[in-house]
Amino acid sequence: MATHFLLHLVLLLCFAPLLQGVIVKTKALFAGRAGAPLLQPYYDLARLLRKDCVFSRTTTWVFLAGPVAGVVVPVLASLFMPFGALPAPLSFTGDLLLFVYLFGVARFFTVASALDTGSSFEGMGGAREVTFSCLAEPIVLFCLMVLAGIADGLSLTALFGPHLADAWRGPEGFSLGLVLVCLFVVLLVENSRIPFDDPNTHLELTMVHEVMVLDHSGPPLALVLYGAALKLMVLGAPVVRLLLPFTSGSLAGDTLVFLAGMLLLAVLIGVVESTMARLRLIRIPQILVGTSLLAGFALVLVLR
Amino acid sequence: MLAALILVPLALLPIAWLAPWYRLRSWLLPLAGASHLLLVVLAMGSVPDAHPGDWIGLDPLSRLVLLSASPLYLGCALYAVDYLEMRRDRGNRVMVPCLLVFLAALSLAAMSRHLGLLWLALESTTLASAPLIYYNRNRYSIEATWKYLLVCSVGIALAMLGLLFFAYAALRGGATVSLLLGDLLSAGPQLSRPWLNAGFILLLVGFGTKMGLAPLHAWKPDAYGEAPGLVGALLAGGLTSLAFLAVLRVMQVMAAAGALPLARSVLLGLGLFSLLLAALFMMRQTDLKRMLAYSSIEHMGLLAVGVGIGGLATFGALLHMVNNALAKGCLFLSAGNIHRAFATKRLAEVRGALTALPFSGTLFLAAFLAVTGSPPFGMFLSEITILRGIFGAGQLWVGLFVVLLLATVFIGMASSVLEVSQGEPTGRDLAFTDRFLLVAPPLVLLLAVLLLGLYLPEPLRLLLEQATALIERGA
Amino acid sequence: MADLSNLLLLLVILLNFFALGSSRLAACIHAVALQGGILALLPLTAHGFSGHALLLAGGALALKAVLIPWLLLRAMRKVRIRREVEPLIGYVPTLLTGALATAAAFIFADLLPLVAAHQGGLFIPTSLATLLTGFLLLVSRRKALTQVVGYLILENGIFIFGILMADALPMMVEAGVLLDLLVAVFVMGIVIDQINREFSTLDTEQLSALKE
Repeated sequence: MATHFLLHLVLLLCFAPLLQGVIVKTKALFAGRAGAPLLQPYYDLARLLRKDCVFSRTTTWVFLAGPVAGVVVPVLASLFMPFGALPAPLSFTGDLLLFVYLFGVARFFTVASALDTGSSFEGMGGAREVTFSCLAEPIVLFCLMVLAGIADGLSLTALFGPHLADAWRGPEGFSLGLVLVCLFVVLLVENSRIPFDDPNTHLELTMVHEVMVLDHSGPPLALVLYGAALKLMVLGAPVVRLLLPFTSGSLAGDTLVFLAGMLLLAVLIGVVESTMARLRLIRIPQILVGTSLLAGFALVLVLR
Repeated sequence: MLAALILVPLALLPIAWLAPWYRLRSWLLPLAGASHLLLVVLAMGSVPDAHPGDWIGLDPLSRLVLLSASPLYLGCALYAVDYLEMRRDRGNRVMVPCLLVFLAALSLAAMSRHLGLLWLALESTTLASAPLIYYNRNRYSIEATWKYLLVCSVGIALAMLGLLFFAYAALRGGATVSLLLGDLLSAGPQLSRPWLNAGFILLLVGFGTKMGLAPLHAWKPDAYGEAPGLVGALLAGGLTSLAFLAVLRVMQVMAAAGALPLARSVLLGLGLFSLLLAALFMMRQTDLKRMLAYSSIEHMGLLAVGVGIGGLATFGALLHMVNNALAKGCLFLSAGNIHRAFATKRLAEVRGALTALPFSGTLFLAAFLAVTGSPPFGMFLSEITILRGIFGAGQLWVGLFVVLLLATVFIGMASSVLEVSQGEPTGRDLAFTDRFLLVAPPLVLLLAVLLLGLYLPEPLRLLLEQATALIERGA
Repeated sequence: MADLSNLLLLLVILLNFFALGSSRLAACIHAVALQGGILALLPLTAHGFSGHALLLAGGALALKAVLIPWLLLRAMRKVRIRREVEPLIGYVPTLLTGALATAAAFIFADLLPLVAAHQGGLFIPTSLATLLTGFLLLVSRRKALTQVVGYLILENGIFIFGILMADALPMMVEAGVLLDLLVAVFVMGIVIDQINREFSTLDTEQLSALKE
C-alpha cells in the first residue's frame, strides 16, 4: 500500500517535466534542428527557483493562489487516477466526478489570478480558456460514461481496470476507439497544445493560456510550469491506459509499460504539433462540438 | 410489338444527332409521334394483357395511359415543327433528341410491369426533360431547371428507398422477393405491414413529387412557367399521367395486401391540400404560365381525391386523367402561342388575345372552359363522376369542400383569362400570326375533349371499368 | 464479416458528420469519395465474394469513388470556388441537427421488424442516418455544388439499403440506379456551369427571382 503510494508520487513528481522535454525535442527533430536537451525543463525549473519574484502593485493573494492551485490539484487528482496497470492509491465510487471537477477548481484559480492583475490581455485569455474548457467538459463526461458502460463500477480504478484489453477486441472496440480520439482531443485542449493554442507564440493576441500567466516570475512561474507538466501527465494517463491496455503481473513490468506509453504519447503530441497549424479561433468551438457529438455517438453505440 | 413502342423513337435518335438539315430534324418528331400512335392503336386490339412474370406488358391501366399520352405527343410533335421553325435562334439539336428519349421513356414507364423498371423510366423522363425546361436560356429558366432537377431527383431517390422497403416487406413476410408487380400482388397479405406502410409513404412522396401534389409541388410553377409551351404540355399532360400511373401501381400493391384504408386516407389528404393550395395561389396570379401550373396542381389534387375515395370516384379519376392529358395539351399550346405573339407572359400586359389571334385566342378561352370543368367538355363529366362518388361514399363535407375549391379556381382563372382574351390588343409582336401547325393540334385535342364530354365510347368505358377494378382489388 | 460490415458502416456515419461540419468544398467532395469507396467494400463484406457482389462493388467503386467525385472536382475548378459561405443555419446547429437525425434513424430502425439474419446489424440505421444527413446538407447549404454533394450522400444512404437486399434484387436494377446517378450528376454539372455563367456565382440564394 505504502509502496504503491510512494511509487505513484515518485513517478508523477519526477517524470512529468521529462514529457515536456520530449515534446520539444520531437518538434525540433521535425524542424531539422538539434533542439534543447531532454532535461531542459528541469534546468528551467531550477533556474527559476533561484530567482526573485516581481509582483504588480494591483495584485493580491489571489495572484499567488493560481500557481499554487495549479500544482496542488494535479497531485491530488493523480491520487485517484491509475497509472497504466498500477491501481490508484485512493479510490471510491464516483471519484471520476471529483477528478474532473478538481481540474475545474484549478482552472478557476488560474483564471482568477489572471483577472487579478487587472490587465485586459489576461482577461481575454481567461475568457477563451473558460470557453474552451466549457465545451470540452461534455466530451470528458461522455467518454467517462462510455467507459462506465463497459466496466462495472464507478471509480476510476474500475473504469481502467484489466478488462480493457478484452473490450478492445469485443463489440465495444469501435466506441473505445472513438473515446481514445476524444480523450486525446481533450488532452490537447486542456494542456493548450496546437491545434487549439500555440505554446510558443509571443503575440499576446494569439495566446490563450500563456497570456494568463504572463505576469508571473521566479518561483511562482516555476510552479506554473511544473503544474502544467503535472497536468499533462495526469490527463495523459487515461489515454495511455486506453492505448496500451496490457496488464503484466509485476510492478516493474507495469511501470515500464506506463512510462513507455507516456513517452510515446509525448512523441505523438510533438508530431501533432509539428504537422498541424493552430486553428482559427471560430473553428475551435465547432471542432469541440463535433468531438462531443462523436463522444455522444460512442455512448449511443455502447448503450444500444 | 411492344418493344417497338420504345425502340422506334430511340432508332430515330442517331438521325436527330447527325442530320444536318434543320427541317428534317424537326419532322422526325411527328414521324415518331405518328408511328407511336399507330403502334398503340394496333396494340390495343391485338396484344393481350400481360402474364405474371413479364417485365413489359399491357394491362387496362397502361392502355389508358398510352391512349391518352400518345395523341398528346403527336399533337405536340406537329406543333413543334412550326415552333422550331420560329425558334431557329435556339436551334433544335437539343430539343429533338430529348423529346425522342422522352417518348421512349414514356412508353417504357407505361408498359413496365416491374416497379424498378418503372422507376428507371420515370427518372429518365426527369433527366430528358430538364434540358428542355432550360430551352429559353435566361436566368429564370436556369433557376427553374435547377429546382426541377434537384427536387425531382431527391423525390425519385426517396421513391427508390420506398421500393426497397417493399422488397424488404416481401423478404420479411417470407414471400418471393422481387419487384415484379405480379409477384408483389400475389404475395399480397404476406407482406410485412410496417415495411409496407413506410414504403408506401416514401413512394407517395417520391411519385407525388413527380405528379406535383402539394406540398411537394414547389418545382411546378417555376418549371411550367419557364418551359416553352410545348414542353409544358408534355409535362402537364404526359408526365403527370405517368406519375399518377406509378402511384396507382403502388395502390394496387396496397390493395392486394389489404392496406388500402391508410393509403386512401393519405391520398385524400394530399389531394385536398393540393386543391386548397391551387385555389389560393390561382387568385393572385400575375403570370400566364404559372397560372396553368396551378391548374395542373388542382387537377392532380382531384385525381388523388378520386382515388382516395374509391369506387365510382376512382372511375371518374381515371376518366379525368385521360381528359386532363388532352385538355392540358390544348391549354399549354394555345398559351404558348399567346406568349409568342405578345412577347410576354405577364397577365397585366396581355390584352385582346381574341382579336389579335383569332384562332389561338378562341382556343385558349375554350381550353380554359374545358379545364375548369364546364359542360359540354369531358372534364365536366369526369368531375361530376368524382363528386358523385364522393357524395355516394357519404363524405358530405369533403364533397362540399371540393365543390367550393373548384368554384374558387374557376373564379380565379376566369378573371385572368377573360382579361387576357377580351379588349384591345396592346403591344404585340406583329410578325407572329397563327400558322396552321400551331393551331391545328390544339384544336384537334380540344375537339377530342369535347367528344369525350358528349359521348363515352364503349371500349373506353370498358377499359375504365377494368382499370378501376384493378385498383380496387389489386389484381 | 458482420463485425467488419458494422465497422465500415460506422465509418460511413463518421464521414457524414465530417461532411456536415466541413466548410471546405474539396474536403466535402473527398469525404463523399471516401464514402463511395467504403460502400464499394460493403457488398463484399456482407455477401462474400460472389459474382454479383463483385460486380456491384466494382460499379460502386468506379462511379461513386472515382468518376463522380472527379466530375465534381472538375466543375469546382471550372467555377473557381473553394469555400462554402456560412450555411443557412450555421455549422454548429447543422452538426447538432445531424446528430439528432442520426439518433432518430437509430430509434426508427429499431421499430421496424427485421429478418432474423439481419438482427443486430447496422445497415438500416446507417442507411436512414446517411439519407437524413444528405437531405440536411441539401437543404441547409447555399452553394449549388454542396447541394449536389448532399444529393450524393442521400443516394449513398439508399445504396446501403440496396446492398442489404442485393441477393434478392436483380443486377439490372442496381446497374440502372448507378447509371442514373451518373447521368444525373452529369446533367447537374452542366446546369451548375450554366448557373455560373449566368450569375457569376454558385450561391443559390440568387436563384430566388421566381416567386408565387
